[in-house]
Amino acid sequence: MIDEMHHEECIEMLKEVSQAIINNVDVLTDADRAIGDGDHGIGMRRGFEAALEVLESKNIKTVEEVFNTVGMAIMSKTGGAAGVVFGTFFCSGAKAFSNNAAIRGDNFVKFLEVAQAAVAKRGGVEEGQKTMVDAIAPAARSAKAANTEDIAVVFSAAARGALAGVEKTKSMIATTGKARSMGERSIGHPDPGAISISIILGAMQKFASRL
Amino acid sequence: MAKVPKKILNDVRNVVDEMIDGLVLANDGLVRRLPGKDAIVRTDLPNEKVALLIGGGSGHEPIFHGFVGKNMGDGAACGQIFAAPSPDTIYEAAKAVHRGKGILFLYGNYAGDNMNFDFAAELLENDGIEVRTVRVADDVAAFPPERSFDRRGITGDVLMIKICGGAAEELSTLAEVERVARKAANNVRSMGVAVSAGSIPETGKPTFELADDEIEIGMGAHGEAGIARQKMSSADEIADQIMDKILNDLPFESKDDIALLINNLGATTMMEMLIVNRRIRQILKKKNINVYRTYVGTWLTVQEMAGFSVTLMKLDDELKHYLDLPAQSIGLSNMNLSND
Repeated sequence: MIDEMHHEECIEMLKEVSQAIINNVDVLTDADRAIGDGDHGIGMRRGFEAALEVLESKNIKTVEEVFNTVGMAIMSKTGGAAGVVFGTFFCSGAKAFSNNAAIRGDNFVKFLEVAQAAVAKRGGVEEGQKTMVDAIAPAARSAKAANTEDIAVVFSAAARGALAGVEKTKSMIATTGKARSMGERSIGHPDPGAISISIILGAMQKFASRL
Repeated sequence: MAKVPKKILNDVRNVVDEMIDGLVLANDGLVRRLPGKDAIVRTDLPNEKVALLIGGGSGHEPIFHGFVGKNMGDGAACGQIFAAPSPDTIYEAAKAVHRGKGILFLYGNYAGDNMNFDFAAELLENDGIEVRTVRVADDVAAFPPERSFDRRGITGDVLMIKICGGAAEELSTLAEVERVARKAANNVRSMGVAVSAGSIPETGKPTFELADDEIEIGMGAHGEAGIARQKMSSADEIADQIMDKILNDLPFESKDDIALLINNLGATTMMEMLIVNRRIRQILKKKNINVYRTYVGTWLTVQEMAGFSVTLMKLDDELKHYLDLPAQSIGLSNMNLSND
């Protein structure tokens, strides 16, 4: 069982997360074309390519700094609504690791909870509005319910929660963002931002499962 | 699957960067690019003026960055294609246009723009720079008047920039400029129709699917859903549908003076636009509404989307004054006009 992940591993993990988003650009594009304007995939790719670059070049010393660095790169390079909310997800969530030398089960749950609150506040949304929050919130609950120090189990619970959240967004009506004018026509399609969260947490789970 | 549209480009990832360089050169020295940023500012900015910063996603040229100049925007923050500019782009652009008297942010009402501009406004306020925000929410298609805060900003932007640019040049306080901006925003209404989709260069895909014999009334500037998807009909029928919705929304009434703007969404011919203008003028004449100024042209595009949008703004003497101030930019130039 692994109960701690230090910043060196964390850097490698977020490189894999970035690569997973970059590899899924077409999935995100098609999901966004269905209910939005189709730029989510290329925006996320731009942001995570910038994140990858800085993770490879910058001398990062703490877990908090890893997440914060990724968030700043995304905020600055992604653009659109996605840049702010995904930047906020990483930058605000990073505060859960301040003064902690490693990721543990408990502070990772806190990371998801803090990130959820910050994204919801920035976007002016709650759960149920067909947004990325509908993937973060169930991921946080699921990770908390796992109630273990085993990081691989916590990450796996978070990823499962996010995936279930994506499924649930299909039945939701969008009330924010460019998709809101679709109204009931948005039913049946998953939210692209929620899919991105599920890809991010899924890549973290894969990384942790190999430790 | 539709084939990838032909576009005259280099590396699709560099479209915004290369477009901005070309845009700066097209302004013959009147604007400059902030080094390393997707933002442009006037080179002839006077001291001690209220600043007007505009901006939004690229790909809608000439808006927004084509509307920077005297009596127009003082600077523009440019996003990627159809995506809002980032907080740091907006922040740097705002710092570059600030002349000690505060900044008005003017942009279209979209979640991405709202969040990014608000974020930048918070950073500026930490620096002690006063920022006020007016969002253009003129598209009557998707939401009823009581949900006007949900409405998108479309070609009302053009008249708003023209008027706010003039107000920011002549009025001495941010509060006064904001007052004029809110008055103009409250009196502008728009709606569009799409007959075929535009595509994002980097994906090569149209932003939505529309059958060959279909049109969408009220479609948004990024292909967001409108009010009705229907079979293709005549220019007069489409104009009637759009005008009915716009006129009843404010509502515009007999003896009102208005500015009328008919905008090409990208691939529609001037011929079609003029045929639409003919019908719109018949409708306005019947309602006894006076057209003070007419603008027929290309201001807010959605790449190669075909279709048009119509904007009406009810004018009082103050709005007429700012609308008529001379302006020079690649998006809109305005000579000294008079009705004498």
